[in-house]
Amino acid sequence: MEPTPEEYEGDDYEGGVVKKFMYVNRRAPHGTVYAQESLEVVLIGAAFDQDVSVVFLDDGVYQIRKDQDTGAIGTKNFSKTFRALEMYDVEKLYVEKESMEARGMTEDDLNVPVEVKTSEEIGRLMEEQDVVLSF
Amino acid sequence: MKLSVVLNEGPYQHEAADTAYHFIRSAIAKGHEIFRVFFYHDGVYNGSRLTTPPQDDRNIVERWSALAEEHNLDLVVCVAAAQRRGIIDESEQKRQGKDANNIAPGFRISGLGQLIEAGIESDRLVVFGD
Amino acid sequence: MAILHTVNKSPFEKNSLETCLRIAVEGSSVLLIEDGVYGAMDGTSLNGALSEAGNRLKFFVLGPDLAARGLSEDNVMEGIEVVDYEGFVDLVTGHDATHACL
Repeated sequence: MEPTPEEYEGDDYEGGVVKKFMYVNRRAPHGTVYAQESLEVVLIGAAFDQDVSVVFLDDGVYQIRKDQDTGAIGTKNFSKTFRALEMYDVEKLYVEKESMEARGMTEDDLNVPVEVKTSEEIGRLMEEQDVVLSF
Repeated sequence: MKLSVVLNEGPYQHEAADTAYHFIRSAIAKGHEIFRVFFYHDGVYNGSRLTTPPQDDRNIVERWSALAEEHNLDLVVCVAAAQRRGIIDESEQKRQGKDANNIAPGFRISGLGQLIEAGIESDRLVVFGD
Repeated sequence: MAILHTVNKSPFEKNSLETCLRIAVEGSSVLLIEDGVYGAMDGTSLNGALSEAGNRLKFFVLGPDLAARGLSEDNVMEGIEVVDYEGFVDLVTGHDATHACL
């Protein structure tokens, strides 16, 4: 049985330090585990009250595509969990415009509210971060 | 400075495990402190006690254990990733009712919060992966 | 605030270097490691793009990974500085954060 955040993380972080964390997602879901396991980090990390941004670049934009149905491949459909991010106060989700357009997608194809940013804006946002996590 | 490292890939399969190791050794040589090394995704396999690589090649797992002992490093294997991949310690073995455990010396199994804490407490955090 | 981007995959295998160049902000640095070092070599189809990027970004390449692959430091593109693992550490501590562009 998968551990819940509460089972392993104990008390909320009370250290007081707030850093800017950016999670960079560049891979498609399901073909590899990175998308699913990176989402788990974001969820656990939410208990630490840091300043979190989640960025979807390149094939990462596919992670938040609507209508994913993993029934026939028999894997867990973790895409629904992206909608829980809001409840965890993780609201800064950014999609790179160039990546989305190159893949013929628009915001209407996504299952969570995001802010679309240009490459340059993503780069400048990254420059502000204290910690950048890639998967 | 206080540095932390995240390693996302297993030994031998990807060079990440080697690059991370050499980076850490150099950081220590330069007088930096390694706050934590966190093993995620297939990186948890770096903590498998049961690897038996050929004698004429580096022993990645033993190398981590030796480095941990020499420099008192905190090597943390993510519990969720470890459970998926079958890397367990004695307490997990009992908890899950398994017939064996396989964690290598110097490693401990803990939650993803340890990764976030490493980011908060360290001056720099570097990710090695594929 | 400057970011160090590391690129570990060959630009002929994956788009990581391409993405890195697209988002890296002027004044930031790119360190090519592991298979990423192939991108540092003179005479490839990437020379134009890298030369141009070299006007706004600082490029580095990890020497041990060049040697492992039989690539001579003499054939590294002009403007790309070869560093060792200690140099890698200095780059990490000398930048505000590191982005592993995997």
